[in-house]
Amino acid sequence: MAEKKMKGSYILMEALKQEGVDTIFGYPGGNIIPVFDALYDYQDDFNYILMRHEQAVTHAAEGYARASGKPGVCIVTSGPGATNTITGIGDAMMDSTPMIVITGQANAASLGTDAFQEIDLVGITQPITKWSYQIRRAEDIAYAVARAFHIATTGRPGPVVLDFAKNAQNELFEFQPQKISIARGYIPYPDLNEKQVDEVANLINESKKPLVLVGQGVILSNAEKELLTFLEKADIPAASTLLGLSAMPSDFRLNKGFIGMHGNIAPNKKTNECDLLIGIGMRFADRVTGNVKTYAKQAKIVHIDIDISEIGKNIKTDAKILGDAKEVLIALTKKIKENNHSEWIDSFKAFEEEEYNKVIKKSLYPSVDALTMGEVVRKVSDATHKDAILVTDVGQNQMESARYFQYTKSRSIVTSGGLGTMGFGLPAAIGAKIGVPNRTVCIFAGDGGFQMSIQELGTIMQSNIGVKMILLNNNYLGMVRQWQELFYQKRYSSTPMINPDFNAIASAYKIANRKVTKRDELDEAINDMLSNDEAFLLVVEVEENGLVYPMTPAGETITNILTPED
Amino acid sequence: MEKKLYTIIIFSENHVGLLNQISIIFTRRGLNIETLSVSPSALEGIHKFTITTYTDENTIEKVVKQIDKRVDIIKSFYNTDEELVYQEIALYKISTDDFIALESSEELIRKYNIRILEMTKNCVVLEKTGHYNETQGLFDELSQKMKVLQFIRSGRIAITKSKIERLSDILEKYEERWKKTVNHGE
Ligand SMILES: Cc1ncc(C[n+]2csc(CCOP(=O)(O)OP(=O)(O)O)c2C)c(N)n1
Ligand SMILES: [Mg+2]
Repeated sequence: MAEKKMKGSYILMEALKQEGVDTIFGYPGGNIIPVFDALYDYQDDFNYILMRHEQAVTHAAEGYARASGKPGVCIVTSGPGATNTITGIGDAMMDSTPMIVITGQANAASLGTDAFQEIDLVGITQPITKWSYQIRRAEDIAYAVARAFHIATTGRPGPVVLDFAKNAQNELFEFQPQKISIARGYIPYPDLNEKQVDEVANLINESKKPLVLVGQGVILSNAEKELLTFLEKADIPAASTLLGLSAMPSDFRLNKGFIGMHGNIAPNKKTNECDLLIGIGMRFADRVTGNVKTYAKQAKIVHIDIDISEIGKNIKTDAKILGDAKEVLIALTKKIKENNHSEWIDSFKAFEEEEYNKVIKKSLYPSVDALTMGEVVRKVSDATHKDAILVTDVGQNQMESARYFQYTKSRSIVTSGGLGTMGFGLPAAIGAKIGVPNRTVCIFAGDGGFQMSIQELGTIMQSNIGVKMILLNNNYLGMVRQWQELFYQKRYSSTPMINPDFNAIASAYKIANRKVTKRDELDEAINDMLSNDEAFLLVVEVEENGLVYPMTPAGETITNILTPED
Repeated sequence: MEKKLYTIIIFSENHVGLLNQISIIFTRRGLNIETLSVSPSALEGIHKFTITTYTDENTIEKVVKQIDKRVDIIKSFYNTDEELVYQEIALYKISTDDFIALESSEELIRKYNIRILEMTKNCVVLEKTGHYNETQGLFDELSQKMKVLQFIRSGRIAITKSKIERLSDILEKYEERWKKTVNHGE
């Protein structure tokens, strides 16, 4: 039976529907108009969000994906629209975020001629995507979309680009629902090797001082429950990378916090004391390890990951298990003994107390007048019953919110880890709220990063997105200022900021807002912010010369930790 | 770590842009590609790349893993010279007068196992296959005796001595794997 022919742009709509897409973030332009024309007929099928910049389109799709677990979908035009997506694509690649970026492209026949708004997006994005493909004919659309979703969402997730030539958007072809055809040599879920599992189980059973490092891989494989069962059975303390936060509830007995440059003292110190270090779904990034030459030298190191190219990339490992975290954890849990490491676990306490006395107390209960970032973050976390999704921008605001926000549910932190992209937060929060509308979404940003995406207040206004924005204003590019204070003789080059009246800006967008300058105004302002489901901007004037502690300076041994008294 | 010449053999889909996907992985690590040779493999739709590069074992291992990870790459692996039978081909253009003036062209031809591909009034084109030092040896010797008008050497092609696994067997395994992947999580 001959199918009815339809335009390529309509085939795209049908293919997206078949993939279960419900939300599209985008921005139109000349070489993608046919797709937006088709979208006009599919308004009931897709929740379409017009952003204010293509970079924000990609960050919103990332936020949507990270909070909901579903792939984010972007549609933008060719040329400048396409190049504006590069930062978000790179960010999604670094942070293993499933995203499909569909860009317009000049007619296939004119490619290579510097046609208007022609840019070699496939060439540009090959190093920063899992797959980048140009659709030149309508008959390839269904194939390309099926393959794109498969590749973006399976194994270690990541971004995929579909560069959609305009002629293919207009050509007629019949749509046939596609099952993805074999991608030879793409092995997203490697077979579990029982020998590897046995070897690691033995190491765990023999270990007196084991430590587990939890990465985002645990969240991506929905292995949170399996992780807790595993940790409980072997009685192993665990700490998270930045992206692994919220995989374990904050109050879980064996949760020893956050590792890395601004992480907790105890797990960082214990990294160089344990006898067995087990990384699960993480990549031993330099922000986690510090100097690799002095990293966990005393320990046997086990790496569990789905991506074979991560194993041995940064750290030499003694044993590995290649596989999906959930499958691996189920298999391992069966093979390990019930154990008790209470003495080892208790030995974390001294460092926890040290950090409380030297750092946490001063952040959460400051004796100075100026507000600290930490106290604001913790108050908001408490006021949302530790149930909200934290979205961060980049800088001091990011590290302080990662440190002091608390979690009861998984997928509760959306932050730019690998790329550290300022301007990520606000659009990512929009995406997160759309992805998980029934949860409160709190975005903490600095004055610098907020202004990198401030135009997205327009998206919030137009699409009525109920995000709670907390601007931690220190009138500085604070994190750079921190490095200048500590390592560059207080030469504050290019870091002081003269800022606009942020409240007036929010008001111009008809967004409810308040400003807090004193501690005794904070509680009420937070309650006011959370009193309904509308968007709200809370501007908090915080101390200008605050420093994020503890800190292991870049490239130093992970246990060389600076605290305020040093 | 000690640096030596590694040969990477890659089987890939025959898609546009594959070479770029591979070469950027070398670029990121600042590795120079010494030789490169690309051609269709015995199986339709699959291309074979043979690349040589000077580096250490630690780096080559990571590079090959990162190449292998690309969706469009079917299989890639690396070997050292001892594990391979390999060959390059070189062409040399010299003037016919110089060639005739040689005292002993026969000796040269026997010594290097040279083939003469073309001879005109103006020039002679010689061909030599062999390892790098062999094709280079002929070039050096010719250069001492005359002006070599043109010289071109191909990239390396190589066959592993040990591997008995055939590409078609690898592909069959992938088919099996594929069925599992499609069913994953269902
Ligand atoms: C796009 C981008 N540009 C520059 C940087 C470098 N950078 C990292 S943190 C930071 C300062 C951020 O300042 P602000 O947003 O005010 O946050 P604060 O650190 O003060 O909380 C800068 C400039 C970056 N990470 N991303
Ligand atoms: Mg700031």
